[in-house]
Amino acid sequence: MRRHFEEVEEELRNRLLHMGGLVEEMIHWAGQALLERKEESLKKIAKNEEEVNQLHIEIDDRCLKLIALHQPTSADLRFIMACVKINSDLERVADQAVNISENTVVLLAQPQLKRKLLDIPRMVELAGGMLKDSLDAFVRKDVALAQAVVQRDEEEDQLKSEAFHELMQIMQADSSSIQRALGLILIARNLERIADHATNIAEDVIFMVLGKDIRHHAENKVR
Amino acid sequence: MEELLIMSQAALADSVLKKEEVPAPKIQTKDLALYYGNFRALKNVDISIPPQKITALIGPSGCGKSTLLRVFNRMNDLIRGVRISGQVFLDDQDIYHPDTDLIALRKRAGMVFQRPNPFPISVFKNVAYGPSIHGMASGRELESIVERHLRATGLWDDLKDKLHIPALSLSPEQQQRLCISRLLAVEPEVLLMDEPCSALDPIATARIEDLLFELKKDYTIVIVTHNMQQAARVSSSAGFMLLGELVEFGKTGQLFTNPIDPRTHDYITGRFG
Repeated sequence: MRRHFEEVEEELRNRLLHMGGLVEEMIHWAGQALLERKEESLKKIAKNEEEVNQLHIEIDDRCLKLIALHQPTSADLRFIMACVKINSDLERVADQAVNISENTVVLLAQPQLKRKLLDIPRMVELAGGMLKDSLDAFVRKDVALAQAVVQRDEEEDQLKSEAFHELMQIMQADSSSIQRALGLILIARNLERIADHATNIAEDVIFMVLGKDIRHHAENKVR
Repeated sequence: MEELLIMSQAALADSVLKKEEVPAPKIQTKDLALYYGNFRALKNVDISIPPQKITALIGPSGCGKSTLLRVFNRMNDLIRGVRISGQVFLDDQDIYHPDTDLIALRKRAGMVFQRPNPFPISVFKNVAYGPSIHGMASGRELESIVERHLRATGLWDDLKDKLHIPALSLSPEQQQRLCISRLLAVEPEVLLMDEPCSALDPIATARIEDLLFELKKDYTIVIVTHNMQQAARVSSSAGFMLLGELVEFGKTGQLFTNPIDPRTHDYITGRFG
């Protein structure tokens, strides 16, 4: 039955990666709409979200059946546990991308802020990159790459604090910018949450590969 | 209004078409009861075994699962004092009709037993026996039948140069594979398996399970097993039996994750049995 189990496991992995691809696209489009003011990108986000929500349910069901019918142990069990958790994180990332797109709709209805923002474009790039790397680490069972994702989370947190500070200054200087600046603060928060979910995925990959739980003590206790 | 009605009818037709198509059952029982003398071993069993899938029957010892399996090719007829009521269909054929040809029935629905039981003759003769007595083949044709069915069970590569050694000199796993080859050689439609792995070690069991998975593409398989994990792993439909009653029958994924009857829940979670 080993062969059959491996086939079912492979299908699960492929479905999860398909979901990951859809979510990566959503972050890309949300960033494009926000930074390049491309409103048409927002429409694509809603379409992907629908499929992501369906996959969220489907993947949980696959995991449930794999556990109930095959009683996996050892690395097989850790793999399925990782899939359950990554599935949940990906769905939350998709929700964050939708939140960004909703805030962007409001922003695009108004003129751009005069001051050029530096932190938010960097946050978009970093969060998207962290998610991509965490999924690559999952596919390749690459502990070093997962570890690098975990370490980059601090950078995203730092960028969010800087963005908050910068946007507060803008609001203090010009009260007509408050609504737009608040929208951007919310978006910075969404991006920071995306990086947190990517970090969770990376931690799950490390647990899946090594059986070591490094959560809540980020100073890399992998070895 | 009329337009609306037409639209809703179209939507209805569409929804009917989209429903999962359920193929006609390969085996079906209707209100089946079986008595050993005065003892009622099966009670009002209604079951539909889907074609070209593996169906597992589980339940504690004495629940009637092997009895039900033996109903499907009338093996119980060999036991004195057995009485049956209700109906059993193999496709459209009522197999308990007085005109039923039992030899033809057992050719269509053959059985593999708990302990491998090859005939005390050569490997080749074991597989060739059925086609010979049924007059299905002879000579070169028989050789090719033997090869085909030894290949189907993964025995050919190991045994092709030793076809004339005694079947009883094979390992238990090879003997069980040989029994399955012997069964396939008479071109059955249904394979009835009564604890086919219980005399085998875990590795041999895993390999037989892989074989069942291959075979289900061409055959309808019903397997009785004490091993719940095995039922969960191999089957697509499963039935839980208790005291001669089919308590619950459905898709294996459903039965093992969200059983409807509390007795099924208690059994599969090890609370009794």
